Amino acid sequence: MNELANSFAFNNAWLIPALPFFSFLVVGLFIRPVSDKLAGIVATLSVATAAFLSIWLAFDYFSAFPAGAEHPGLISWSFEWLRYEEHLAVNVGVLVDSLSILLMVVVTFVSSLVHLYSIGYMKGEDGYGRYFTYLNLFTFSMLGLVVAPNILQTYVFWELVGVSSFLLIGFYYTKPSAVSASKKAFIVTRFADLFFLIGVLLIAVVGYNAMSMFGAPGSLPDNVSAFDFSYLTSSGVSIMMNNLGLLTPAMILIFIGAAGKSALFPLHIWLPDAMEGPTPVSALIHAATMVVAGVYLVARLFMPFAASGTALLVAGYVGAFTCLFAAVIACTQDDIKRVLAYSTLSQIGYMIFALGVASATETLGYTASLFHLFTHAFFKALLFLGAGAVIHAVHTNNIWNMGGLAKKMPITNITFLIATLAISGVWPFAGFFSKDEIIASAFGTHHYVIFAVGLLVAGITAFYMFRIYIVTFLGKARSEAVNKAHEAPMTMTIPLIILAALSAVAGFVHFGDFVSVGAESGHAEGGFPIWIPALLSGLSGIAIAWFIYAGNSERSKALTERLGAIYRVIYAKFYIDEIYLFVTHKIIFRFISAPIAWFDKRIVDGGVDLTGWMTRRGGAVFSRLQTGQAQTYTTWMVNGVIAVAVLIWIFVS
Amino acid sequence: MSFSPELHHWLILSTILFSIGIYGVLTRRNAVGVLMSVELLLNSAAMNFLIFNHYASKPFIDGAIMALFIIAVAAAEAVIAMALFVAIFRSRKTVDVTQINTLKG
Repeated sequence: MNELANSFAFNNAWLIPALPFFSFLVVGLFIRPVSDKLAGIVATLSVATAAFLSIWLAFDYFSAFPAGAEHPGLISWSFEWLRYEEHLAVNVGVLVDSLSILLMVVVTFVSSLVHLYSIGYMKGEDGYGRYFTYLNLFTFSMLGLVVAPNILQTYVFWELVGVSSFLLIGFYYTKPSAVSASKKAFIVTRFADLFFLIGVLLIAVVGYNAMSMFGAPGSLPDNVSAFDFSYLTSSGVSIMMNNLGLLTPAMILIFIGAAGKSALFPLHIWLPDAMEGPTPVSALIHAATMVVAGVYLVARLFMPFAASGTALLVAGYVGAFTCLFAAVIACTQDDIKRVLAYSTLSQIGYMIFALGVASATETLGYTASLFHLFTHAFFKALLFLGAGAVIHAVHTNNIWNMGGLAKKMPITNITFLIATLAISGVWPFAGFFSKDEIIASAFGTHHYVIFAVGLLVAGITAFYMFRIYIVTFLGKARSEAVNKAHEAPMTMTIPLIILAALSAVAGFVHFGDFVSVGAESGHAEGGFPIWIPALLSGLSGIAIAWFIYAGNSERSKALTERLGAIYRVIYAKFYIDEIYLFVTHKIIFRFISAPIAWFDKRIVDGGVDLTGWMTRRGGAVFSRLQTGQAQTYTTWMVNGVIAVAVLIWIFVS
Repeated sequence: MSFSPELHHWLILSTILFSIGIYGVLTRRNAVGVLMSVELLLNSAAMNFLIFNHYASKPFIDGAIMALFIIAVAAAEAVIAMALFVAIFRSRKTVDVTQINTLKG
């Protein structure tokens, strides 16, 4: 019995992931073949109901455990799925705590807006019903992932997320680029998931050993399993596991899995290509949900990460590098969705390094990271949906074919501007607060290199975001399509407006009072207001973008020429894709795969073929003995009798 | 000087008879020839019974009885075999055993 025993939303929290799942089945099997329109409506309503339930659940939970109080993890519903041994069982269920509530609200909310938006955006496309089926499946997978009370359930849904994102990215399966993008996304994330799986097994082994040596903490229920997050993240347990060794490799392996899903360097290559999917999918998967799964995972396992220390530091530096790296690339791209993709990479980098600089005692980074996850989900989804509205109107992704859209699409313009200001960290928009908190946490924990990166990237972010804003919406129309452009339909603008409102005000939530880790929510203050340099950095980025791109395009061309080779390297995304191709084709394929394939074809298959060949030849030879001539048989029989007689004569006498 | 045959002389005779029979069974192409050779085999076996009866168990006539059995069986066998040959000849117009090879593998 607990404080939420009478809460309808808590007792039925399993409905939150189950609703999209049932809708996936019903829409996919029964409605899709009959009516496209109904498919869209049912899919949207189911996710909207899930969103409603999550918000209700959040309300009940934070009423029972008000801001500032401790926020315990409660199991709303669970059943034993697999049982290996006592204390080594997989209990599938729904875990309710502040972190899962945060993710549930964000995922269901953004997902339902994306569903609504897609009703307008996908109108008239082939596979309309199929699209909503996939979208439901994806939402279900993501929700199953965030409510998982144990790491194995997380892993199962982690893979489901991978599959459903594969289906969505490759939605236009007649387009070769979409097909290869979906394969790339699947293979890269799957490659990372292999390490994740090894990490899961390793941490379960370490956790199980720790439990058999020291027993489980008394505060946990008797049937606690070594897979359970409640066990793995108890602070005492994490430290015990670290003392047993192997925790650091386990956490680094798990972090590789997180890096794959969150597209951190060097596993980021799939995300920009994933823009081949429909734009609302990019908004859902590549802004608010799938790519933050890695952040979620590190946050969920924050205590073991913090106990290991090294693993968290690795995460911090990988995050900071990705943050800077992706931001630099974003400045040069011409495809509006690709700029947003790289900006997503960069913002995910922020979240990861914020977690990386935090520790068990200095937990501001943890709160800041999830705060940024929260605000980023809104403004990035808004940016993608805004970009989708623009692409829908002008039928091109290239920003240099746009321009002057502000007059044609007033609602899109305003909402996109709000999102741009939010991501640039301008007061009073949401990004200002969360980004400021991240930078302050890096400064407060004396990670000055990461702090400097954070501050610099704040400026670069503002620069590239205003670059695309100015080029897309201001100035003169640069193509015929712009003149024909008109505002998107209501189903598309309503989500934009809702997200814009949230992007504007989400920053005022006292987030740390709701989502924090450890006993105290540590507030690492830098000694001086960090927001001043952060804001200045953002504003100078805006000013530079304005100077270069507003008015005529002479200055940007001159700048491009001045930078020359540097520009080309950045434009080619530092040739990371080419390096991957070189490594896979020239090294792995030639020196590992080709010999293995040869061995498989010649030795393994050859062995099998040889057996078959020998049987056939043997049959041909022996079938000649069967002549059908009774006299031949008799000859053999006589010979046999003679042989037997000779043998008897030899051995008996 | 009169020649009185011993046991081994009789056995050599039956072996010669048997060998001629085997040779005939293996080489005759006409099914009737094969059947006749089989008769030789049976008779050599019957002869052996009589020989051993004569030399090994004089007061009893077990061997002679077995020989009578063999003669009876040989008669029955000859009847069945001849009936088969007639049937085969009706369907295949030949009793050449090398032509009767439908069980060839």
